[in-house]
Amino acid sequence: MKKILIVDDEPNIVMSLEYTFKKNNFEVFIARDGQEALDILKSTFPDVIILDVMMPMVDGYATLEQIKNDSYLKHTKVIFLSAKNKESDIEKGMALGADAYLTKPFSVKKIVEQVNELL
Amino acid sequence: MSSIGLLIILTVYLGVLFFIAHWAEKKGNSKWTVNPYIYTLSLAVYCTAWTYYGSIGLAAQSGLSYITIYLGPIIIIPSWIVILKKIIRISRVNKISSIADFISLRYGNSRFLGAIVTVVALFAILPYIALQLKAIAETFHVVTQTTTSRYIFDDTTTYVAIALALFSSYYGTRYVDASEKRKGIVTAVAMESVLKLVFFVIIGLYVTYVVFDGFGDIYQKASVLEHFKEKSTIGGLPEVINWFFLCILSMFAIFLLPRQFQVAVIENNRENHVNKAIWLFPLYLLLFNIFVYPIAWGGNIIFQHHPVNSDLYSLLIPQFFDNKVMTVMVFLGGFSAAISMIVVSSIGLSTMVTNNVLIPYNLLGKLKSKEQTISSKTIVNSRKIGIFSLIIIAYLLYRFFGLDYSLVSIGLIAFVIIAQLAPAFFGALFWRRGSRLGAVYGILIGFAICLYTLLIPYAIGISNSQSTFISDGWLGYRLLKPFQLFGLDYLQPVPHALFWSLLFNTIAYFAISVSFKGNYRERNYAEMFIDINKYSTNHENAFVWKGTAYTSDIEKVLIRFLGEERTKRAMNIFNLKYNVDKDQELADARLVKFSENLLTGHIGTASARILISSVVKEEKITLPEVLKILEESKENIIINKKLTETSKELKEITAKLQDANKSLVQKDQQKDEFLDTVTHELRTPITAIRAASEILYDDDDIPEALRKQFLQNIISESDRLNRLIDKILDLEKFETGKQTLHPTLNDLVKTIENAVEPLQQLIRNKKITVHIESKDKVMAYYDEDRIVQVLTNLISNAIKFCPEEEGLITIQVTEKDDFIQTSVHDNGKGIPADDYEIIFDKFYQSMNQNIKKPVGSGLGLAICKQIVEHHKGKIWVQPAVKGACIAFTLPKKPEYI
Repeated sequence: MKKILIVDDEPNIVMSLEYTFKKNNFEVFIARDGQEALDILKSTFPDVIILDVMMPMVDGYATLEQIKNDSYLKHTKVIFLSAKNKESDIEKGMALGADAYLTKPFSVKKIVEQVNELL
Repeated sequence: MSSIGLLIILTVYLGVLFFIAHWAEKKGNSKWTVNPYIYTLSLAVYCTAWTYYGSIGLAAQSGLSYITIYLGPIIIIPSWIVILKKIIRISRVNKISSIADFISLRYGNSRFLGAIVTVVALFAILPYIALQLKAIAETFHVVTQTTTSRYIFDDTTTYVAIALALFSSYYGTRYVDASEKRKGIVTAVAMESVLKLVFFVIIGLYVTYVVFDGFGDIYQKASVLEHFKEKSTIGGLPEVINWFFLCILSMFAIFLLPRQFQVAVIENNRENHVNKAIWLFPLYLLLFNIFVYPIAWGGNIIFQHHPVNSDLYSLLIPQFFDNKVMTVMVFLGGFSAAISMIVVSSIGLSTMVTNNVLIPYNLLGKLKSKEQTISSKTIVNSRKIGIFSLIIIAYLLYRFFGLDYSLVSIGLIAFVIIAQLAPAFFGALFWRRGSRLGAVYGILIGFAICLYTLLIPYAIGISNSQSTFISDGWLGYRLLKPFQLFGLDYLQPVPHALFWSLLFNTIAYFAISVSFKGNYRERNYAEMFIDINKYSTNHENAFVWKGTAYTSDIEKVLIRFLGEERTKRAMNIFNLKYNVDKDQELADARLVKFSENLLTGHIGTASARILISSVVKEEKITLPEVLKILEESKENIIINKKLTETSKELKEITAKLQDANKSLVQKDQQKDEFLDTVTHELRTPITAIRAASEILYDDDDIPEALRKQFLQNIISESDRLNRLIDKILDLEKFETGKQTLHPTLNDLVKTIENAVEPLQQLIRNKKITVHIESKDKVMAYYDEDRIVQVLTNLISNAIKFCPEEEGLITIQVTEKDDFIQTSVHDNGKGIPADDYEIIFDKFYQSMNQNIKKPVGSGLGLAICKQIVEHHKGKIWVQPAVKGACIAFTLPKKPEYI
């Protein structure tokens, strides 16, 4: 079973994603901000991370940077999922080494497709 | 005690002094040699053998009047904080090395005046030095119980004098530049000041408590002696006047004695050392005087039946009781007092003689001729010889003229003579019109009167001739009796001489200065002396000079005195300071003054002037021109000041503009950010709704509970979306001024209750205590719905931030004169001080774009601010020890709205 980590501070969005990925046979982990995500990452080593950008405490960009700086984690696939949908935001996210950048609002089906494609 | 024994002790003692001087020279500018205590102690060179022995003699014979010599300085010393500092600054800036330099520079670099001052000082101080040598010699003979040998080379004291002369000439001339600090000498003098005080206090204690039984005992035994009472009181009016003049005399002496000028001004390292000296030095003088009276009367009691020289009581008393250690100690103390005076005075005098007489009148001719290279060595050697010969001459003076008068009377004569410099000296500091002619005639007339009323009668007294000069007056004119000039008969000789000499001196100085204008040089220096604070950093600018001068010529002169290297260094400093190109061919006034200054330390002001003017071609300037230039330079200074102010203002305006621009840019950015944030905030609920709807649409086998949950999510996210839109519109209305308020007269306490009521459920859930501190009724005009909105917002925030346990919210209402202040205070984690301003911004988390702060929509406080400000109130974060406290005000009267 593939492992997925969902990082977002909006509980209702998380709930939809959690339901969908569970239904598609993923083991789902949830974090509400970057710091929590990094803590969970180190004990679970998921295959893919869905990462929000605007979060309290540690934002998505900083989280990604830390992931890329960790030799055990840096090969984890990371998908940004953000309401920031300007060209510049997307470029910045990709430049930091994300594997994909999806914008909110999103289609749950599309996200699952994207994740499967990456794996 | 044998002569050999005492000589060995003296040799050891002098050896220690040599060592201290040597050590201090080596230490250079360490805190051991440069500090206010060494400075203060060096000032105590004022206390010579005269103080040490003479005061006692005077007290024994004529009572309290010895005190005046210390009273004068103690009275005037507080003024040092202004006057002495000014003198020090003038001297430092102009590289002045003696009082003769000081006076001659102020009166236009006058060579003649410098020479007169030097001659006056010689007349005053040489006998004074002789007196110190006499004290050493006499006390030496008293201690060793020998008599003065008739042959000068058989007398051991001759060799002591020679040793002293060698010591002073060696350590007094370490530098060519006479304005340099002589740390070795000064430290040795300070050391001696400690010794003489300590030894004097010891003999005082010995006499008072060992020989007698305390002050009371001495008083009791003395009071039965003849004349005790009249000697222990001041006496009638004439005596008071005598006292007054003696105080004045010593006031002048503390400024004008060459040795005081030397230690207080020339050897001063830091101006602020004066601050400590103004109370420490009077303290030293007081300590020194405590035991004078007991010793004097102790001596009077002990020696009442076989009279001895009362000057020597402090030696004779321990000797009488056969206390050898005490006798030697007293001798060493007196020796210290004498030699520090001799050393410092001879250095001062020798600098004056070389820089103000020898060089300008004699050597200068040779200096000017180009082929003659005069090395610094010649100057130093001439000063060395000067110091040596001054001491030897003084010794001869003592040997051949006997100086039979008491220590005090010769000391006082010196004071009167030196006081003749007072009008010119103090005029130099405070009076612009004082002129060279006035100073010259003042000093000459004053000095002549001194000769007539003091020196000649005293000389006649020494020679013991049967002259009727004193009793009948010159040529028999009774009005010209030297001690009762013009019939003034109630003053003692010294105050009498001081009165007449100083009176005519001052009149001459003022009258001539007012009647004959000085030349431009004098006026120029008057300006620089009086306004020294204005010119102390760039005094070269204040120097007025017109003419043609070549830099290379001036440099050549400098090289002859300073050497190639120092000249180069000095020129570099000059060029840097005034931003002058080093290849500049023509020299300006500043360079002329600068190079005069460089030479002044070596050869005195007058010679420096003459020497520089020999290589430049100076044009005559008229007095009005000088005044004009000075006026201009004053104006320049003012204009400069104004320019600096203006440029400061410009800078401020620029900074303000930059700030404004920055805030505009920021506002622009904020607008973008606002839009960004708004879209983000709108998209978040839409995202949740979209995802939930998609799942519900696609998935038919969702469990019932979950299905309901998704639907509930859609409802709450829709509500959130709606609230957000309401708030944005609200804010927009306030910001664009479309929002209108409907103020009515309300009770604020009721309004608070109305706001709290709907929140009760939340408050109960978190078990928070809400405390309202207020009067029963607080009436004000406001739009109640809007203020409820504000309160709801603040209270909900407070609820959110209250800790899980023991949450406490305090709402406080205080009535002020014309407004009401309401504050909402929780006991949560508080607001960081950096955020005090920005929490009222829209979406204040946007400062760091990607990090949200948990404050709901991020619009609540922004709206609160708008509402309060539309009520003409204010809202702010109140710094609090614990928790967050937000306060806002509402005006009481409706017209404010």
